[in-house]
Amino acid sequence: MHPIFITIIKRLALGLVTLFVVSAIIFSSVTLLPGDFGEAVLGQAATEETVAAFREELGLDKPAVLRYFEWAGAVLKGDLGTSFSGRSASGVDRSRSVAEMIWPRLKNTLFLAGVTALIAVPLAIILGLSAALYRNTWYDRSINATTLTTISMPEFFVAYVLILLLSSLWKAFPSLATVDPGMLLGERLYRIALPAFTLTLIIVAHMMRMTRAAIINLLASPYIEMARLKGASRSEIILKHALPNAWAPIATVVAFNLAYLVVGVVVVEVVFVYPGVGQLMVDSVTSRDIPVVQACALIFAGTYIILNLIADVIGIVTNPRLLHPR
Amino acid sequence: MSIDNEPNVAQSDGSQNTLLDMRNIHIEGFSDEQWHPIIKGVDLALERGQIMGLIGESGAGKSTLGLAAMGFVRAGCRFTQGEVNFDGTDLLKLKDAQKRTLWGTRIAYVAQSAAAAFNPAHRLIDQTIESASRSQLRPDAESRRDAVGLFESLHLPDPANIGQRYPHQVSGGQLQRVMTAMAMSARPDLIIFDEPTTALDVTTQVEVLASMREIVEQHNAAAIYITHDLAVVAQMADIIKVLRFGEEVEQSETRTMLSSPKQAYTRSLWSVRSLEKPEEKGEDIVLSMQNIHAAYGRVQVLHGVTINLPRGKTVAIVGESGSGKSTAARVITGLLPPGKGDVLFNGEALPADLKDRKPEHLRQIQMIYQMADTAMNPRQTVEQIIGRPIELYHDISGAKKAERIAELLNMIELDESFLDRLPAELSGGQKQRICIARALAANPDVIICDEVTSALDQIVQEGILKLLLRLQQEFGISYLFITHDIATVKAISDEIVVMYQGEVVEQGLKSEILNPPHPEYTELLLSSVPEMDPDWLTELLGSRTN
Repeated sequence: MHPIFITIIKRLALGLVTLFVVSAIIFSSVTLLPGDFGEAVLGQAATEETVAAFREELGLDKPAVLRYFEWAGAVLKGDLGTSFSGRSASGVDRSRSVAEMIWPRLKNTLFLAGVTALIAVPLAIILGLSAALYRNTWYDRSINATTLTTISMPEFFVAYVLILLLSSLWKAFPSLATVDPGMLLGERLYRIALPAFTLTLIIVAHMMRMTRAAIINLLASPYIEMARLKGASRSEIILKHALPNAWAPIATVVAFNLAYLVVGVVVVEVVFVYPGVGQLMVDSVTSRDIPVVQACALIFAGTYIILNLIADVIGIVTNPRLLHPR
Repeated sequence: MSIDNEPNVAQSDGSQNTLLDMRNIHIEGFSDEQWHPIIKGVDLALERGQIMGLIGESGAGKSTLGLAAMGFVRAGCRFTQGEVNFDGTDLLKLKDAQKRTLWGTRIAYVAQSAAAAFNPAHRLIDQTIESASRSQLRPDAESRRDAVGLFESLHLPDPANIGQRYPHQVSGGQLQRVMTAMAMSARPDLIIFDEPTTALDVTTQVEVLASMREIVEQHNAAAIYITHDLAVVAQMADIIKVLRFGEEVEQSETRTMLSSPKQAYTRSLWSVRSLEKPEEKGEDIVLSMQNIHAAYGRVQVLHGVTINLPRGKTVAIVGESGSGKSTAARVITGLLPPGKGDVLFNGEALPADLKDRKPEHLRQIQMIYQMADTAMNPRQTVEQIIGRPIELYHDISGAKKAERIAELLNMIELDESFLDRLPAELSGGQKQRICIARALAANPDVIICDEVTSALDQIVQEGILKLLLRLQQEFGISYLFITHDIATVKAISDEIVVMYQGEVVEQGLKSEILNPPHPEYTELLLSSVPEMDPDWLTELLGSRTN
């Protein structure tokens, strides 16, 4: 087998171990959350007996270690458990499965993240390469200044400015990004235009600046001078001689920003009232809906691990030293 | 030769044969917030098919002048005066885009470190034909076939397939030859060789030199050959130009230059190689490696190495890269615990691992490295660098420490004005002296010198070697001197150990090893050391084919 597969399998195994450790951390930190779900739902008036019975029904009376292994075992089988919400003191159980609650929200989040990524990643790389190509010109400086401005502003501020400009003053796009499952693709895209634009402004800066830095870092290499002395033009030097050696750092920063699009967008979701998984998680924390919080956190952790794994693999396959060992 | 392709070329000096005519070149470099002159009015004329050797110490402006012949200056440098007439056109009056059409096709460059000058991301064949392909000289398929032919005439192994490899997959000597093929690919009129064999072992250097000379002659190209090694330039060049401080010292035909240099400076360059210490036999063994086997991971590097170092004497370990010289040093210092075997110090076995050694063990064996630059903390002053071992090993501080530092500086022939300097403010030779002082500060019995002079110019080398010899006489220090340079070995050693592929080929007194009869490998190694005779390479190649 090619050694690269062995490396990838090793990384994958390491990713699983990381996920396991993270799941334990998630579980214990959620267990440490102050307050009690039973009391929160049943209210101050509930008797101690009622609360105890309620806790027993949810399994909260068992030791934490046992609960962790029950939960982890179920997750391994694909069962994320049942939400705590929807139950009440009267004994009526309208609770839903966690998967059922998360899945539509996650689809929305992934859709917004995907659309943003399709715009932002190529844009950032092209801007980064052209800034490196025309470095220290007015073009480079203005791109740098603009992206630095957008990254320096809080995201809700960017969002509100865009709403003001593109929704209130010039009624081009809706300020509310409400979507529902029956919507056609074109309509969906129209609805999410402003949040996608906001997120693009926020993540392009980081990716673009790192791309530029990765390329410029390589321009001092002896093989770049050699390429010049072989008659290569500036654009050939950037695209043919520097870029192939810069994919690893670029992939790392892209992965970092894509992960942010999945796990860090709650503020933008709230501003545009977009039904994504970030909002769901915040709501669940407020209502102490432990199974949902745990499932969301696990999904977020998994996203980070998978994206970083992909970045690692890109780093390996674009490095001839690793791809073609001696 | 493509005179026919350039019918409208006006010859600058009327001679039909002048290819390159550089006149009154002035180049400045920007540092410390101001412009400093690097080249101060040098003229250089080269005929078609002629090879000129440019020699001088580092900082003499050799590389800068070589690159200037292409109309190129590095970032932070600029031409202030002069003209570079290449085939009748002043390159300095051309725009970058126009110069690019000449670079790689009519003027080619061969860089010092092939390992760094090849792009790690592309296959060798694609890099070899890049310039020819860009200029659409011929179809790419034809260029590839031509490249295979060049690989073959440069005696590369498996010429048909070696181009499919990536730079990291072939050795340094092979890469340097591929780079020569790359320079030849578009059949340039002029090639600039910038110290192309400096990074190679002597045994490899011979082959590369021979291939380069052969192919340059075959295609009747002109070349500028930059080097600091006189013996190498004697083999390659028709004429030699000596540079110093950005100015020409003298220029003449190679044989004249070697036999009767006019200037005192040139003669001083010539004389460095004459340093030779009389050998002395030592019986009292201070340090001994006994049947050492060592490995990096699963790769076995040393196979039963036994080396004895007599007290107060110098043992030189010679061999090419990969022979295990530096690994032996790592075993002695405890950085690499051996798989089998012992290191004896004054007859007692030292703990194999550095972690288990006592400060006293560490004090007794000190080390000096090849790259003085990277062996010193760039943020520490000379005072801190030398003061540290005094405090660490001898627990001396305050006024006594200052006294001792001054004494050490005096020993290495520097004065107290250096105390507050940072490594970046020192020259290469001064840096190495500070490293020697740091080693001396511990009062060691043994100093391991790992290629300590190979990054230095010959005149500076001589100074360092003389200093080391003097310190040995004064303090009776024993040196284990790792080097690949036979001239250095002659200068400093009492005994010589020849290593090859992790084994000791032979150990003995200098006179025994350097004089015949030799084992086969020692013979190859010794015969590969270039001599100051212009016919040396030709004769050597002749004798090897027989």
